[in-house]
Amino acid sequence: MKIHEYQAKEILRRYGIPVQPGEIATTPEQAEQIAQRFGVPVVIKAQVYVGGRGKAGGIQFGDTPAQAGDAARRVLGMNIKGLTVEKVLVTPKSDIKEEYYLGIILDRASQAPVVMVSAAGGVEIEQVAEETPEKIVKEPIDVRWGLPPWRARELLAQAGVPPTVVARGGAILSQLAAAFTGADATLAEINPLALTADGQVLAADAKILIDDNALPRQKEFAAWAEPEEANPIEFEARAEGLTYVKLDGDVGIIGNGAGLVMTTLDMVARAGGKPANFLDIGGGARAETMKKSLLFVARDPQVKGILVNIFGGITRGEEVAKGIILAQQELPAGMPIVARLSGTGAEEGRAMLAGAGLTWGSDMRDGARKIVAAIAAQGK
Amino acid sequence: MSILYHTGDKVIVQGMTGAEGRYHTPRMIQSGAQVVAGVTPGKGGQTFENLPVFDTMTEAKAHTGATISCIFVPPAGAADAIMEAAAAGMALVVCITENIPVNDMTRVAAFLKQHPTRLIGPNCPGLATPGAGKIGIMPYQIMREGNVGFISRSGTLTYEVVSLLSEAGLGQSSIIGIGGDPIIGTTFIDCLRLFEQDPQTTAVVMCGEIGGSDEEDAAAYAATMKKPVVAFISGRTAPPGKRMGHAGAIISGKTGTAQGKVEALQTAGVPVADTIFDIPELTKQALAKGARA
Repeated sequence: MKIHEYQAKEILRRYGIPVQPGEIATTPEQAEQIAQRFGVPVVIKAQVYVGGRGKAGGIQFGDTPAQAGDAARRVLGMNIKGLTVEKVLVTPKSDIKEEYYLGIILDRASQAPVVMVSAAGGVEIEQVAEETPEKIVKEPIDVRWGLPPWRARELLAQAGVPPTVVARGGAILSQLAAAFTGADATLAEINPLALTADGQVLAADAKILIDDNALPRQKEFAAWAEPEEANPIEFEARAEGLTYVKLDGDVGIIGNGAGLVMTTLDMVARAGGKPANFLDIGGGARAETMKKSLLFVARDPQVKGILVNIFGGITRGEEVAKGIILAQQELPAGMPIVARLSGTGAEEGRAMLAGAGLTWGSDMRDGARKIVAAIAAQGK
Repeated sequence: MSILYHTGDKVIVQGMTGAEGRYHTPRMIQSGAQVVAGVTPGKGGQTFENLPVFDTMTEAKAHTGATISCIFVPPAGAADAIMEAAAAGMALVVCITENIPVNDMTRVAAFLKQHPTRLIGPNCPGLATPGAGKIGIMPYQIMREGNVGFISRSGTLTYEVVSLLSEAGLGQSSIIGIGGDPIIGTTFIDCLRLFEQDPQTTAVVMCGEIGGSDEEDAAAYAATMKKPVVAFISGRTAPPGKRMGHAGAIISGKTGTAQGKVEALQTAGVPVADTIFDIPELTKQALAKGARA
């Protein structure tokens, strides 16, 4: 789960990591008042779930409270990579002398969090990673002890962070590792860790991703979840226990199991169609879930037809068929639906579909061809 | 022979009295698996399907001599269940549970480094040896006894492809669902090693998918194998993944794409099926060519 910069900084604060004070404004007037309280100059930072805010103009400055209000007026409502800015973080502007990078990410290969440090922090860190990977020091964390401050200091020193920053930076990195575990993060990064002109070391920007599987025990963070404006269907689907990913095509796709759904997308593409989405209903779905899934998929205005591909194990064909028939009554009239059922209850399911005048595919390939043909026929 | 599960191996089901355990345990027994006990903390002394239920794995192991456990414990307690099974000395632990917090799995991974236990999963359909039985939730009726080893990251895709193999007359020695989580106990390469040593297996089919680099690692090993390997990669048309911030790009670079995996496998001499429907034919061709020198 994505969270905003100000929320990530709130987590860091709880772990004793120095972060500048900051407050959220949703109107220019609020931004002006906050600037007045903090003292100027201030930075106005768009709070959206995408990177590259700065380059998009989502980070602006105010030398007076009135200017802060104007800056907020420009940033609020701005569209950054398809997302509308609804809130800005107002925070005192620091005079940053140097920028470092501290990151912790879950690494499949080492089956542990891996810590990464670079003396070349800032917005160009990806370029650093690509062109001069030797400038990034990496090491898996032994989860039995976490990352002790002494080891964190050594890593900073190895990365070429100046001695004056190593002691404080090491304490910050060690605490970042503690925050990573404590918050059930899959990614926690401070970029940049800033050395300011007045000698402070602080997290000037922060990004944290929370493990979705841990949300049941991280109730506070779970409550921070916001619909991503670019894909509200994904957000609502997740709340229903479905995994939905929006794509660019016009063939709606529903299946059970991630691998099977991905394979169905490939098969539709091979049949000449363009998948509109990925939707995994998981295992053991009942008619009601099936119906909801179809309605979710159909909410995408680009969708011209839907392919349902179910290999029944715990999921029963009759339930799937029942769900499709229920959904059909609420779907736009004439929208083609092709269902392919196999495994448990497949024959019963097919009989129900036939009774309702619905098309089925004998296998995944046949189903893909039929839905692509049905959509093409409609366009004529 | 076969790998990991053989006739007569005794199995304990952790979480046998929960909804999943109650549904799947009788089906495992029906497949021929020798389930000897269940473990549910607090329900020791009860029975289910005439099998004794114990409070702890240590007791269950002491009373039955089982070497395998199958876990249906809900996500919040599943990592703990894996460690309990390893501490009790189980040789093989098959964890079906999905949605286990990944931080829990990093602790499990560290714990298992200190124990000789092999973990399959989590978030997997389990494994099966046709003729001997299944551990987990795979539909057993689609399988046939034979000589093709099968490995997959996905559940329902496994069922599709195994059905196709069976219909084409290609029976299976063992079928392993390794699981779709970022941290899993047994990877493609581990299974390839086991199949390479198994006298019954004459060829291996592996179904991979986008993300991570397990398929690439497996390709490098497959190049050294005597037995032929056939692969399929799903997610070829999936758009570039949702990148996990800067750190994600740093750690994974450009690995993990379907194209990269297909190329790595082909370079290693592993034929990659365009669609799942091509897998049986490629497997037959590989078998006809036989073992490599």
